[in-house]
Amino acid sequence: MQQHYNYAFFDEASKREIRRAIIKGVSIPGYQVPFASREMPIGRGWGTGGLQITLSLIGRSDVLKVIDQGSDDSVNAVNIKKLVADTTDVEVTEATEEATLIQSRHRIPERPLRADQILVLQVPTPEPLRSFEPREAVTRRLHAEADYTGAWLELFDQIVRHGTTTTGADHPVLVNGRYVMAPSPIPRFDNLKLHQADHLTLLGAGREKKIYAVPPHTDVAPLDFEDYPFSVERFDGKRCRLCGAEGVYLDELVDEATGETYHQCNDTAFCAARRAAREDAPSEGSWEGGRHA
Amino acid sequence: MLDEQRFGADETPCLSVRHLSKRFGAGCSHCLEPGAQLNRNVCPRCGTVHAVRDVSLEVFPGEIVGVVGESGSGKSTFMKCLFFDEEATEGEVRALPYDGGAANLLDLSPQQRRAVRNTVFGMVYQNPYLGLRMDFSSLSNIAEQMIAAGSRSVGVMRGRGEELLTRVNIPLTRAAEPPRNFSGGMQQRVQIAKALSNNPPILLLDEVTTGLDLSVQAAVLDLIQQIRRDFNVSMLVVSHDLGVIRMLADRTLVMLDGRVIESGLTDQILEDPQHAYTQQLVYSLL
Repeated sequence: MQQHYNYAFFDEASKREIRRAIIKGVSIPGYQVPFASREMPIGRGWGTGGLQITLSLIGRSDVLKVIDQGSDDSVNAVNIKKLVADTTDVEVTEATEEATLIQSRHRIPERPLRADQILVLQVPTPEPLRSFEPREAVTRRLHAEADYTGAWLELFDQIVRHGTTTTGADHPVLVNGRYVMAPSPIPRFDNLKLHQADHLTLLGAGREKKIYAVPPHTDVAPLDFEDYPFSVERFDGKRCRLCGAEGVYLDELVDEATGETYHQCNDTAFCAARRAAREDAPSEGSWEGGRHA
Repeated sequence: MLDEQRFGADETPCLSVRHLSKRFGAGCSHCLEPGAQLNRNVCPRCGTVHAVRDVSLEVFPGEIVGVVGESGSGKSTFMKCLFFDEEATEGEVRALPYDGGAANLLDLSPQQRRAVRNTVFGMVYQNPYLGLRMDFSSLSNIAEQMIAAGSRSVGVMRGRGEELLTRVNIPLTRAAEPPRNFSGGMQQRVQIAKALSNNPPILLLDEVTTGLDLSVQAAVLDLIQQIRRDFNVSMLVVSHDLGVIRMLADRTLVMLDGRVIESGLTDQILEDPQHAYTQQLVYSLL
């Protein structure tokens, strides 16, 4: 590596400031800690919050995995991986179990994470009350007073108008019985993976300059009503066309030649690992390791 | 005189306000004197605006008390202080339904104030934009205070919302529509339904009919009368319209430059006004 930058792009003082925000976030689960979001060589809104967390935490022994919409190969994931690798020389991987640091947009990997792994999520809108109340000064006071009427009201309004909650992703969750948090636009399917997880989850919003966290073994409860309980996306009777997995988050795709719809694992690394395992030992079986299997 | 001596056991005021003042500005040695001469309600030395000066009143269960006065007389600021939209500078507010009237509501923590706003008071603003969330459906608007008070059942809140919308004559086919789509009179009626959601014992009505045409005004006033009769709600009605006050209020206070200059039975005030300003006000009634 030719050293054009300090290790991991940032100067050490910046890393320390970000780590301090992270520690505060971990200490107060779900609380949004303001931090001095830096200018990054990628545009705000393209994962700068997650990237800053990753860069401030990464060390020589780390193994990095970056996912975008479940895929290791999308442009955003590849570019972030390249930037981190170029400035640190750490090893990058696509295998979830090999990674120590996983930066992700929109998904939590299907394979449950271990206690020695850290998940970094990129967040566009960290404030769960933002559409209810546009003023930051007011939403901070609402958080301080634990007044989450606005978050419930949004869900109620969706039920009144559409008969069901319409949060495809980013369904608000109550963390540790205290703060309501936007879990970044992960599908509802992944919300429950945050509850009492073994791993640490860090969330970074670069444009909005906020860092927050869900420490391991923390209660995370999606908001819902007694008569309209929270539910995850269901893919009953559908399986991945490539690896045959059931009970995982599937993408619906259209075969343009035949016009047929088919389903495929959203988590590409998970799918590839299953196919590789099948070639070694051709025993077929549905995936039972996920929490929703 | 102590309250116990003045009123019988069943005649304790529902809401009692003592010496409430609201100043915008720090005040100085000149204007903080009890009998200070002000330029209307502005201190000539330090420029402090004395929006509400030493207002005391009582509202008894099931009673409607009116507050009249011209624009800028401090009546809306007074209402906002009661509903915690503005921070009162000094004074005491006690509400019987909250804790038997033990605590001064102005000393409560923000959480306790929220509880008071959600369970004791219902507020209807002159401008529906202040009282309603225009982008949320009408049912959601009514549900807001129920959610704040801890309800987590969509069925119960929808049922209550539809009951109230029927009560204020909004067709249920429009219940899921946001008030933004409604006419001014309909918005005002949704606001009244919202204020009633948690069955508050005290309603604060701030210029509820201003800006509505006459037939709609009549419908809204009729609705308020019905609510008083059916739910035995106490009300504090602020208006600059003496017609509204004459129709609704049992007792009336007249405010000028932040002070109460005259108070008594509504009929008395309208038929035999004592203060020069009240006389002018009554005689200018068309």
